[in-house]
Amino acid sequence: MQSTDIAAPDYFHKVVDCQWACPAHTPVPEYIRLIAAGRYSDAYMINWRSNVFPGILGRTCDRPCEPACRRGRVEKDPVAICRLKRVAADFKDDIRGRLPKPVAHRNGKRIALIGGGPASLAVARDLAPLGYHCVVFDQDPKAGGMMRTQIPKFRLPDAVIDEECDYILNLGIEFVGGRRIDSMKALLAENFDAIFVGSGAPRGRELDIPGRQEAAKNIHIGIDWLSSVSFGHIDKIGKRVIVLGGGNTAMDCCRSSRRLGGEDVKVIVRSGFEEMKASPWEKEDAMHEGIPILNYLVPKEFTHENGRLTGVVFEKVKAEYDDKGRRKLVPTGEPDEHIACDDVLVAVGQENAFPWIERDLGIEFDKWDMPKVDPKTMASTNPKIFFGGDAAFGPKNIIWAVAHGHEAALSIDKFCSGEDINDRPQPMVDIVSQKMGIHEWSYDNDISADKRYRVPLRDKVVALRDIKAEVELGYDVELALKEAERCLNCDVQTVFTGSLCIECDACVDICPMDCITFTDNGDEAELRTRLKAPSRNVTQDLYVADGLKTGRVMVKDEDVCLHCGLCAERCPTGAWDMQKYLIDMTQAEDRCRAPARSAA
Amino acid sequence: MTYIAKPKFHHPGLPTNELGYTHRDYEGKISTLCAGCGHDSITASIIEACFELSIEPHRVAKISGIGCSSKTPDYFLGNSHGFNSVHGRMPSVLTGANLANRELIYLGVSGDGDSASIGFGQFAHAIRRAVNMVYIVENNGVYGLTKGQFSATADRGSKSKRGVVNTDSSIDLVAIALQLGATYVARSFSGDKRQLVPLIKGAIEHQGAAFLDVISPCVAFNNHVGSTKSFDYVREHNEAVNRLDVITGRAPIKIDYEPGKVEVVEQHDGTKLALRKLKDEYDPHDRLAAMNFLQQHAAKGQVVTGLLYVDTEPEDLHAHLNTVEAPLNTLSERELCPGAGVLEKINAGLR
Ligand SMILES: Cc1cc2nc3c(=O)[nH]c(=O)nc-3n(C[C@H](O)[C@H](O)[C@H](O)COP(=O)(O)OP(=O)(O)OC[C@H]3O[C@@H](n4cnc5c(N)ncnc54)[C@H](O)[C@@H]3O)c2cc1C
Ligand SMILES: Cc1ncc(C[n+]2csc(CCOP(=O)(O)OP(=O)(O)O)c2C)c(N)n1
Ligand code: SF4
Ligand code: SF4
Ligand code: SF4
Ligand SMILES: [Mg+2]
Repeated sequence: MQSTDIAAPDYFHKVVDCQWACPAHTPVPEYIRLIAAGRYSDAYMINWRSNVFPGILGRTCDRPCEPACRRGRVEKDPVAICRLKRVAADFKDDIRGRLPKPVAHRNGKRIALIGGGPASLAVARDLAPLGYHCVVFDQDPKAGGMMRTQIPKFRLPDAVIDEECDYILNLGIEFVGGRRIDSMKALLAENFDAIFVGSGAPRGRELDIPGRQEAAKNIHIGIDWLSSVSFGHIDKIGKRVIVLGGGNTAMDCCRSSRRLGGEDVKVIVRSGFEEMKASPWEKEDAMHEGIPILNYLVPKEFTHENGRLTGVVFEKVKAEYDDKGRRKLVPTGEPDEHIACDDVLVAVGQENAFPWIERDLGIEFDKWDMPKVDPKTMASTNPKIFFGGDAAFGPKNIIWAVAHGHEAALSIDKFCSGEDINDRPQPMVDIVSQKMGIHEWSYDNDISADKRYRVPLRDKVVALRDIKAEVELGYDVELALKEAERCLNCDVQTVFTGSLCIECDACVDICPMDCITFTDNGDEAELRTRLKAPSRNVTQDLYVADGLKTGRVMVKDEDVCLHCGLCAERCPTGAWDMQKYLIDMTQAEDRCRAPARSAA
Repeated sequence: MTYIAKPKFHHPGLPTNELGYTHRDYEGKISTLCAGCGHDSITASIIEACFELSIEPHRVAKISGIGCSSKTPDYFLGNSHGFNSVHGRMPSVLTGANLANRELIYLGVSGDGDSASIGFGQFAHAIRRAVNMVYIVENNGVYGLTKGQFSATADRGSKSKRGVVNTDSSIDLVAIALQLGATYVARSFSGDKRQLVPLIKGAIEHQGAAFLDVISPCVAFNNHVGSTKSFDYVREHNEAVNRLDVITGRAPIKIDYEPGKVEVVEQHDGTKLALRKLKDEYDPHDRLAAMNFLQQHAAKGQVVTGLLYVDTEPEDLHAHLNTVEAPLNTLSERELCPGAGVLEKINAGLR
């Protein structure tokens, strides 16, 4: 194998599994250490820079970081990265003084942002401090998008949304609430320097089966129903409720129903339990509230009497796999099942809709009627118009909307400065030795053996009584500290210098995870068969270094390294060192950084 | 020395042996030796050997003297018996323990100071009495624990860290062990586990006096230019005569060396030693030739390593003394005081 180029920014970034997996590349271990140190405001600000909505995301994030977390491979459950983010938000001091101030002099450029959801707000937050005049249009009266209109208050209280939206709007952003954009052409005519489309994926998918029209009064489209609940237009539902669908909308529908009078609420899904789109914790939360999830039932017909819904007929199916491993649902042949109910919530998917974008503006659409958007720059085929969030590639989640927002803001800044938007600047990388003394490191390298701590919940009876009562109470300071200590500090990297190594094997002998092998070089697949411990996780890199006197190479399998620093403590010559690697992704304000290395 | 305890987590894919243990289950406390000390690699090799042989830790007695080397039994086999004796007295304590209970595996761990200076006589007598044991000397050419004075194995002409030249002749413990009748004699290097681990396994399986001289650089006091026990010097002057694979009946190991180059030596207990010859002329069954070979190469400044001598039909002290098979603590009064009739017979025999 080639020796590893540890100077390439991506190499060590990938070792920080959580940060690599986070769409906004939040420096997770850095903020977790600050939480452990009781520095909640500092932890909050690190998050605020990367993901813009720490308090909101600390309650609602889809947390792609957690399945990626190394702790899950070493022990059982990942670090509760997401809920620790909430801790930073809950226990911080007043941080308003640390936020950018509205600029005294604008730079003369005007940017229109369509939709006031997380994507647009992230763009505006990045651009306003640079002097841009950002105008956010939303058809709803308040900013927040689906964070406000869809996510139920028992998961995300209004106060948190208000606080974090205000931090952004107070940067001197013009928010035009209650104004729907009906024509892109008309907006273009207003001569903005650039336009960002962050209008989301606002349409709930229909379920066209017999009885749909006749029983329409008691059949509701999930996202429309949830927004009506959110706005207070709906405050009750029948006793027996069926929720159709297995994604997060379905989970929010069923839990909301339980709070609005639904006593017998069921989630019914076509697919199997494992394949459901909802996250494991969302399913767990629903079942905890006494909501059964029934699988392999395909809705066939709504039954009704005198214009009133009486139930749903389901066909029973099972999963079969063809030789290519593709799943097909085939009828089991058992008789259909009729399940009686008073109301049905249809949560079978979300769609984009751009009826207000004329098709002759140079914005190309593909065969699925989605705009053609460059995933790196977020640019459409009209150089002035950018997309992000659910509007760009279909429904995703908040953190992806934020990540798109950062990239789009950078592109808009470059575009308005007459630069090539494809030249993406390099991230800022800082790598510093953590050595303080022979056995002293500036991070806590003692590995906690604790299992993941549960977040305390509000009593179920109390929680089900009030749709606005937040269910999760959040970690207290003590639990937060214990959970924070489970983090392995994956950003404190093991850095090896071959020319200093005397091949005494001290690091090999001490390493608790058998990560290190000194051996003859070979190609990667073959080398993996000769390491001290089985090396089966090929998604994790091998760190290969040469320059040894015997001509062998040092090979470190990054997979399950605990970052405990014992290798460096045992090294008599300092060939190993523990160095903290901070990577700061480029945002609009860093536009002038050098372009990225192509090797990275 | 490290402040934190070694984390209990281990690699999720670690292999287990016949007892269901991973190699981590054979560890002891965390080492307090200097970072990089060769002795820690020998510790790791003992752990690996015991793991591979699926040895039950409670069947091992670790006995040592005084020195950095003699501290190491604390760092492996945390669930075994142990006795950290006084300086140079490991061989006598081990001999006594072995006489009292021959069912355990005896692992004597010593240093070059412990065995070639203060304990030289003890070493000699345990070997010549053919105590069934593994006697490992972790040989760094200095008294590490007392800050690096030359030991009796330091080569004449080698330089101390401060530049003083050693004028005394050195003791080659391997040569002495051969002369005194050890039935399994090997030398190895802490920096070469591929060679060392099988040699330890072979020694454990050997039912007689097995002696292993393991050169083990002291990074604090004897790893400089001018030392003949440094990593660099040993790597440059290492003359390995053979490579060993230990084949136990339970877990056969595939040998993929060229035919003709491999000799399979069957030991008395059925274990097989597969010896890959590196030096054609070397015969590990010829004690006299081995001694000659050793001297000739030593004169050229070479360090001969490998399995240097093995007797496939060893006898041990118990056989010589015709002692009872059972551990002494299991003998009851009936066996120990067989009664007046027997006493009468013995007395009659002496008249
Ligand atoms: C029920 C439900 C629960 C969810 N739960 C989570 C969760 O727990 N965690 C998570 O990460 N994600 C969750 N999501 C997804 C998440 O809400 C979205 O992915 C995210 O809000 C998308 O952000 P966005 O900025 O792209 O658009 P949106 O948040 O959808 O905002 C778009 C805004 O644009 C406005 N708008 C649209 N068209 C126009 C127009 N023509 N003129 C003016 N205004 C317009 C809309 O009114 C809306 O306010 C959930 C979604 C749903 C439906
Ligand atoms: C009776 C007695 N004499 C002297 C000492 C001092 N002493 C302690 S360790 C040691 C030498 C140890 O050398 P070695 O066996 O080579 O061990 P190393 O530390 O080099 O591994 C000496 C002389 C002692 N502890 N006890
Ligand atoms: S252990 Fe900590 S640093 Fe490592 S992946 Fe998990 S949260 Fe991130
Ligand atoms: S930090 Fe070093 S000793 Fe600790 S697990 Fe990683 S490689 Fe092993
Ligand atoms: S003094 Fe030498 S022998 Fe003792 S622990 Fe340190 S390196 Fe090892
Ligand atoms: Mg010594």
